[in-house]
Amino acid sequence: METLWFVLVALMVAMYVLLDGFDLGAGALHPFVARNDRERRMVLRAIGPVWDGNEVWLIAAGGTLFFAFPVLYASGFSGFYLPLIIVLWLLMIRGLSIELRGHVDNPMWGSFWDASFFVGSALLTVFYGAALGNVVRGVPLNEDGYFFQPLWTDFSPFSSTPGILDWYTVLIGLLAFTTLVAHGANYLAVKTEGDLNARARLYSRAAWLATAALTVLATPATFWVNPDLLEGLNQRPYGYVLPLIAIAGLAGMGYFNLTLRDRGAFLSSSAYIVGMLTSTVFAVYPNVLPAVNAANSLTIYNASSSAYSQGVGLVWWSIGMVLAAVYFIVIYRLFRGKVRLEDEGY
Amino acid sequence: MDDALLVSRMQFAFTVTYHYLFPMLTMGLALLIFVLKSIYMRNGDERYNESARFWGKIFAVTFVMGVVTGIPMEFQFGTNWAAFSRFTGDVIAQTLAMEGAFAFFLESAFVGLFLWGERRFGQRLHWFSSLMVFLGTWASGYFIIATNSWLQNPVGYRVLDNGNIQLEDYWAVLLNPWMFAQYAHNMGGAVVCGAFAMAGLGAFYLLAQKHEEHGRIFVKVGVVAGVLASVWMLFPSGHFSSEQVANEQPVALAAMEGQFKTEGPAGIVLVGQPDVENRRIDNPIVVPRALSYLVYQNWNAEVRGLDAFPEKNWPDNIPLLYYSYHVMVGLGTIFIAILSLAAFLLWRGRLYGARWMLWILMLAVPFPFIANTAGWFTAELGRQPWLAYGLFRTSEGVSPLVSSGSVLFTLIGFAGMYLIMGLLYVVLMVREVNHGPGQEDEMLLSPDTRTV
Repeated sequence: METLWFVLVALMVAMYVLLDGFDLGAGALHPFVARNDRERRMVLRAIGPVWDGNEVWLIAAGGTLFFAFPVLYASGFSGFYLPLIIVLWLLMIRGLSIELRGHVDNPMWGSFWDASFFVGSALLTVFYGAALGNVVRGVPLNEDGYFFQPLWTDFSPFSSTPGILDWYTVLIGLLAFTTLVAHGANYLAVKTEGDLNARARLYSRAAWLATAALTVLATPATFWVNPDLLEGLNQRPYGYVLPLIAIAGLAGMGYFNLTLRDRGAFLSSSAYIVGMLTSTVFAVYPNVLPAVNAANSLTIYNASSSAYSQGVGLVWWSIGMVLAAVYFIVIYRLFRGKVRLEDEGY
Repeated sequence: MDDALLVSRMQFAFTVTYHYLFPMLTMGLALLIFVLKSIYMRNGDERYNESARFWGKIFAVTFVMGVVTGIPMEFQFGTNWAAFSRFTGDVIAQTLAMEGAFAFFLESAFVGLFLWGERRFGQRLHWFSSLMVFLGTWASGYFIIATNSWLQNPVGYRVLDNGNIQLEDYWAVLLNPWMFAQYAHNMGGAVVCGAFAMAGLGAFYLLAQKHEEHGRIFVKVGVVAGVLASVWMLFPSGHFSSEQVANEQPVALAAMEGQFKTEGPAGIVLVGQPDVENRRIDNPIVVPRALSYLVYQNWNAEVRGLDAFPEKNWPDNIPLLYYSYHVMVGLGTIFIAILSLAAFLLWRGRLYGARWMLWILMLAVPFPFIANTAGWFTAELGRQPWLAYGLFRTSEGVSPLVSSGSVLFTLIGFAGMYLIMGLLYVVLMVREVNHGPGQEDEMLLSPDTRTV
């Protein structure tokens, strides 16, 4: 049961990154890919009807995490106090930027929200990557299962008290940034035509190259900061299929980009994201939050809620997710196709 | 450490008070928009459809504010109240997670459809999405009230040998007896808010002689919904709410009423300032025997005062609790009076010409927000010093390793952000109101549809 919930929460997080990832990427990219007010509005229109639903996955994943692993929720959220609240602020700024930009027809109003949309989106991708980096590296949990980490200390690879942002987590943050920019560019390429489409492809290629380079750098760094991960994979070698998905996704991103097939490129970047995330959590399992002192690590056993709780949760969760899937399919179908500004009503 | 507790409490109180200003309006408006849209579907009167669309825009901006300020609430359970989350997580995370699974997905899907889809997908689907938006926002309210009800009146759990608790009966938590009156009272309060906003704006349009046709619709729908909802707040929902406080949290009732001494019969204090040090009410205006009657339906019954309870279980801010309760009840009474009079004038066909009454309706708009806030203050301050009543104290709940300096940093950050957001909200509302209903119907929500 704990393992099942571990998988379900991981899937919800992956779903969130996959969906909100492309609108974050689009946000980080839009000042470059869209050259004028009209093109920027098209970018916003491409994500307008769906970004809010995408972000609900974060809230739903957070709620499910709290419910399935309350101890992890309590330790993790209080330990990452400052970065989490900063993430909240960025989410708020970004949500307001998307929703409020269209309310006033004034170029200064538009520029202001474009800038805050860009800053919020770009920083969020880096923070998400850094969060993942921290989980991988392990945190200084005490024997009560709590920790508190400063935002940064000295960035040194040999520091005994690394901050939440250090050389490794920032590296992962940058990887997340380039990955989501590529993902967002692929989404925009699917949703647009003409100049905008051509520029989105160009940025997708650049981001793909950067992602490939950073992946090569980040992989050995990861095994260096937490050698247990490699061991976790070696003990259950069937898990190697997950990094293979990631590698295939990475290859596909380049191939489909060069052959100008946008949909294929978008699916490939999706595969890459899912592959990377699932490889990581697979290797971390059965820990949910590894500690620097391994005896204090939070695992699926000591962090989870009661069996009864997880049992009833499974029933309503399944119903809720089926409903959510129905809404999503309906909404994406209703608003499918390329965006144009001229047709009224959408 | 105590500082971190205090600052965390201030941050939660500030962020939740600010947040709830928006849902109380959206939950009320969601019902009224559905009513307007349904009237249009029946009689085909385009003005009702334009009214629904106009309030849809007001709803949209308010909804965004509610979503954006709501995310920090879920996070803060973990960031600031880790010990509490760990202790109660097995129970309360159920209802919180269910809100995400059942309400948020529904809302996000259908709010988008309601705001963007009318022209493209037709009237039936538009009506249906207004219904789903209403159901979604009210379902969201249910899950939050169910969570709060458990804190007010913990049920369906079992205490383990190590002192922790576990969920024992899922349905007992979802159908907590406390929840029914609280939910009825809370949602009624939201309708009062929406109704006053609608009637007040309609009154403004009539007084300013702008958009008068729509203004009359707003006043009519607002006054009718408002008079029903404001009476509902007194009976049955208010009556049963205070009865369960009297039965389950008698010490909270004593503090709310400013009843320091056990006495029988007990009078009810209408006005007066509690002096906690000297255990008395200064400058009191009292209706003799009324409290005995209200609580026990007996003019001579003895009512337990604060002196009947150990001081460590007293709510820790008695004056604020006392004032919140009195503000809520006082304003509620005034609302019934205003709206009954307005409804009477409406029935006699004289309301639209009664400028004095329109002035009152227009100026009354902020007060239901104050009354709802005071109501939540009453519920939450009355629950102190407990986080989960009788089970877990507020002082035990705070995150053990988060310093007061860190929390103050984020509190100041929230204050700054919310100030700017509040100003933006006001600017956008003023624009919408000036723009008015029934103009060219561009969907003003974000990635806009205006042609270049």
